[in-house]
Amino acid sequence: MGITLHFIPHSEIVDLGSARRVKKLLDIVKQDKIVLMEGKLKKQEEADLIEITMEEISQKFKGIELATIDDKVTATSIGGKLKQSFVNAMLGDRSGFTVIGPANIVKEIKQNPGKIELMTLDQKRRRRK
Amino acid sequence: MKSIKSIFKKIFKNVFKKKKHVKLGLYGPPNGGKTTLANQICQDWLGENMGKASSMAHETREIHIKEEIHMKRDGKELTFNLVDTPGIATKIDYEDFMKKGMKKEEAKKRAKEATKGIIDSIKWLDDMDCVIVVLDATEDPYSQVNITILGNLEARDIPVLIVANKIDLKKANIKKLEAAFPQYNIAGISAKYGKYMDEFYDAVFDLV
Repeated sequence: MGITLHFIPHSEIVDLGSARRVKKLLDIVKQDKIVLMEGKLKKQEEADLIEITMEEISQKFKGIELATIDDKVTATSIGGKLKQSFVNAMLGDRSGFTVIGPANIVKEIKQNPGKIELMTLDQKRRRRK
Repeated sequence: MKSIKSIFKKIFKNVFKKKKHVKLGLYGPPNGGKTTLANQICQDWLGENMGKASSMAHETREIHIKEEIHMKRDGKELTFNLVDTPGIATKIDYEDFMKKGMKKEEAKKRAKEATKGIIDSIKWLDDMDCVIVVLDATEDPYSQVNITILGNLEARDIPVLIVANKIDLKKANIKKLEAAFPQYNIAGISAKYGKYMDEFYDAVFDLV
C-alpha cells in the first residue's frame, strides 16, 4: 500500500473561511492522505485544527502530524529578512509551506527552519491500526 | 499599528494591575513538566502541592487553578492565580497508554479525557493574562505544537516566558531552545529538583 500526497494550491483555499478551510484539510487527512499545502494557516486556524482534530479522535482516527515551513524564520541575514518581509507582505498566507498527515501513517515530522523530515509508520503497523 | 495597540494594552494593564487577579497559565506539550513546576511554585509559596505529576503523558487532563498565590521578592509583591493546563498534542492513541500498562477500557477512557483536556487548554488561551510555556529542554524545540502555542499567544498579545525545564538532564540543550525562539525570554530550570528557581521567579516578576 502506497502513500498518497494531496497537493492543495493556495488558490483552492484562499476564498474559504477559516472553518471551511480547516474542515477541508481535515477531511482530506481523514482519507489517509498527506496534505501538502501551499502557504500556511493563520495561528488561530492552527489551534482550531488541533481542537477539531481532538473532537474527531476515534479508534480509527488517531490525530494528525503537522509542520509548517515559514519564510519568516528561514532568512538569517538582514538583507534576507528585509526581502522576506516584502515577499510576506505581498503574498500574505501564501508564503511558506504546510504538511499535514494522519497519525496512523505519519509517525513523526521533524522540522527545523529550513527543512521538514517526515517519518512514516511501517506498513505492518499501519495495517494493524 | 500593532505596537500602538500593544503600548495601550500595557498602559491599561498597569493601571488596573492591582485591581484584578492575574491569571498566569502554564502551557506546553505533554510531559514538559508543567505540573511539576506548578507543584514547585505552590510548595515554595503555599507549602502544598497543586496536582499529581507523573512520567506518563496526559497525567493532567483537566484545568487546575490555584488561587491567590502571593510572591514577595526584593521588596516587590505579586499575587496571581496559577492555571495548570493539560499538555497540547495533535494526536492521541489509546494504545500508547496500553503500552504503559493500562487495560484497554482504562486506556480508552484516558484517551477520551486527554482529547477533552486539549480542547479545554486551547479554549482557555483567551482567558490568560500571562503564560509560561514549559518545554522539555531535552526534546527538539522545533515542534509544531510549540510553534502553534507561541504563535497563538503572540497573536493574542499575551506576554510569554519560556521555561527550559529538565536542565538537570545530560541531554538538555538550552542553547537549541534559545536559537529556536530568539525573541523570547528563556529561563532554564529543573522543576523536579527546584534548581534555578530564584532566576525563574525574577523572570516571572518581569513577565507579569
